Amino acid sequence: MKIDCKHVWEYISAYIDGEVDRALRAEIDRHLETCEICSAVLDSTRNVVVLVAGDRVFELPVGFSERLHARLEKELDLEQPGTS
Amino acid sequence: MTASNPEFEADCIRRILAGEKHLFHALIRPSERAIYFLLLGLLRNEAEAEDAAQETAIKVYRNLHLFRGDAQFRTWVLSIARNEGLGRLRKQASRREDSLEEKIDEQSGDYTPAILTSWREIPAEALERKELGALLRRAIEGLPGIYRNVVLLRDIEEMDVRETAAALGITEGAVKVRLHRARALLQRELAPQLKGFAPQRKGLFGWGK
Repeated sequence: MKIDCKHVWEYISAYIDGEVDRALRAEIDRHLETCEICSAVLDSTRNVVVLVAGDRVFELPVGFSERLHARLEKELDLEQPGTS
Repeated sequence: MTASNPEFEADCIRRILAGEKHLFHALIRPSERAIYFLLLGLLRNEAEAEDAAQETAIKVYRNLHLFRGDAQFRTWVLSIARNEGLGRLRKQASRREDSLEEKIDEQSGDYTPAILTSWREIPAEALERKELGALLRRAIEGLPGIYRNVVLLRDIEEMDVRETAAALGITEGAVKVRLHRARALLQRELAPQLKGFAPQRKGLFGWGK
């Protein structure tokens, strides 16, 4: 089976997550060896995934946890679960 | 992501129901981030997401006796968060374009990635962190809702496919498809912008759009 660029793009996410089977992975790897475009697309997609997962991109608002537990504290003082 | 600890959770729940109410703080703490980000994904507003997160925690507490232990505790918590978020969206008078019933054909539609070769080698350290963070947040916030939620849970909260599917009430297959589409959209959106951070290398597969 010979795969083309479009085919590779369809599987990029699964490829990054290690969710393509061995035969397909080998096929994609073979394609990537000679296709600079696809290997750039793969690298930039992988970069996006890594950057997005990086810490401090998305953080809880400052004081979120304190406010949450303060509100819970009030609730806990009032109620026992299952009684409302 | 904090690994779940079913024994700790079961013990905690039993004791809370027996009257040790203050253990609830410890029980809910590991789920806080996931609750918030799920709601942020749905509501797209930090203040509203925070308020909804507080409501969720209170509902979890009030309904704790209903938790049966046949799902992971956090999954159950997230389903309550999702209901809270969806309820709020329904109440919002103005319908967003990006509504709950949004129908995007997930299987079709060509995806053409941003084609450029110069960005890939740039180390993240080279980018101004704050600026980069803002860029990434904007791109994710700009995603259609069904994709944004999956990215927030899978790539940011690093939840697995099964838990993401359960939290969002969709199939595992849909999680994978949506994640793929989301990453493709992010790549297309971000790669050219991030290229601005790169040393210029002209003449190679330029970004042609």
